[in-house]
Amino acid sequence: MLDREEILETLRMILVERLDIRTVTLGVSLKDCASSDIDETCERIEEKLLSVGERLVSEAQALEEKYSIPIVNKRVAVTPIASIISPAVRELGEEEAKEAAVRAALALERAAEKLNVDFIGGFSALVEKGFTRGDEALIEAIPQALNSTQRVCSSVNVASTRAGINMDAVLKMGQVVKRASELDYMNCARLVTFANAPGDNPFMAGAFHGEGEGEAALNVGISGPGVVRAVLEKHSEASLGEVAEVIKRTAFKITRVGELIGRELSKRLNVSFGIVDLSLAPTPFPGDSVAKIIEAMGIERCGAPGSVAALALLVDAVKKGGTMATSYVGGLSGAFIPVSEDAGMAEAAREGAVTVDKLLAMTSVCSVGLDMVVLPAKTSASTVAGLIADEAAIGVMNNKTTGVRVLLAGREGERIELGGLLGYAYVMPVSERSCEAFVKRGGRIPSPIHGHRN
Amino acid sequence: MKKERAVITVIGEDHPGIIAAVTSACAELGINIEDLSQTVVQGLLTMTLIVDITGKELRELQRRLERVAEEQRVQIIAQHEDIFRYMHRI
Repeated sequence: MLDREEILETLRMILVERLDIRTVTLGVSLKDCASSDIDETCERIEEKLLSVGERLVSEAQALEEKYSIPIVNKRVAVTPIASIISPAVRELGEEEAKEAAVRAALALERAAEKLNVDFIGGFSALVEKGFTRGDEALIEAIPQALNSTQRVCSSVNVASTRAGINMDAVLKMGQVVKRASELDYMNCARLVTFANAPGDNPFMAGAFHGEGEGEAALNVGISGPGVVRAVLEKHSEASLGEVAEVIKRTAFKITRVGELIGRELSKRLNVSFGIVDLSLAPTPFPGDSVAKIIEAMGIERCGAPGSVAALALLVDAVKKGGTMATSYVGGLSGAFIPVSEDAGMAEAAREGAVTVDKLLAMTSVCSVGLDMVVLPAKTSASTVAGLIADEAAIGVMNNKTTGVRVLLAGREGERIELGGLLGYAYVMPVSERSCEAFVKRGGRIPSPIHGHRN
Repeated sequence: MKKERAVITVIGEDHPGIIAAVTSACAELGINIEDLSQTVVQGLLTMTLIVDITGKELRELQRRLERVAEEQRVQIIAQHEDIFRYMHRI
């Protein structure tokens, strides 16, 4: 029989500590949509998405009701579009190829709108080793594609531990971020540049349906920084070994809910259950913050000395607890440290406690990287490229995923409202020393020796 | 048929008639109560009921309890039991 204390604990997590399922993301293969004609490709894309994704939102809503737990986002991720448009752009000139890629983005947008999903990911290219014609067309099209859509998310993988860092792609992405920001800085909230991008990540903006995936898969992103923080506050005198233990137990419980929803929703949709992503994803709501978890461990303000160690403890404990709770772990699993989406982090940035350099250091031990950081509008494309190169190096050398999602807006210290779950941010200073000569050298930084583990 | 249960949790300011209202709602829908416990701490009531919903529509029970919650000015949540089973057991 169920234990009354356990029932009340679950309810407290949901009602008070904002436990929710952050996202259910349906990955759909578009490989069979490729055609030598872009209009035909777009038609097939729309048609396939509408048929495979038709019941995603309604079935997810039925589960929200059944278990009284919010599923905040319902999303779709597709095969990287660069490979789908490749046959269609083969014979086209540069400008026409770019137009074709934008049309594919518009087809994704129409499908997302009809399916009533909040985001669709996969306007993507994997170019860690080099560019195909499709990759070039897609990357060139990113600023316009983002600017003419609301729900399309874009990601580009520029590096991997096996391939090294494609510095030509790094420079291009610096320029793409700059151009997309000049059209509207909000565009860049839907654009990530990755190293070691996983093909089963349910979180935006970096979700896409990876190369080795099947026809369709349901991936689940859990949440619950508020739950972890609340538990830690009850253990303010505990040693750090005990803190890790408490986090593990909590992560187990949070992940089990993701496992339940993933199993049941994939069964209802008749698709395979992909993975549960164990990331702690914060929101701007008070207390639902990764920064506040770090502070609950005894760091006065997130970013102070000790923050990297506290974050490392958190990420490892979340993974250990979560791994026991689900059959399939995947995606970005760890803890996210976005600045604007985490009110605790945004405040730490305002006070100067957390800086771009400190965030870089923190990304060596957590999932993703420089995330939802607003840099001054005047920041150059080469500086953005330099930051991407640094993040890629951290990812490549440590055999982990890293990414850069930065927005260029306003002046240093200015408050920028991004709205909704994206929160707000204060524009953070970044070194004005130039790295232009370095990033313009181009070529590929070779993969590290431990990338050849055979 | 596999037995299915729901957990009903009632939270709110204690006053006469809450148990009667919740249990009558269950009875009206032909739903059997298997376990019921409640505590009142400083005037705040928390009550949990485990009910058998095999062959019933959970949604119908939820709608009926929404009306009870409004009439009794308490919060009532009815959830399929699996969320508790999953969270606390392997």
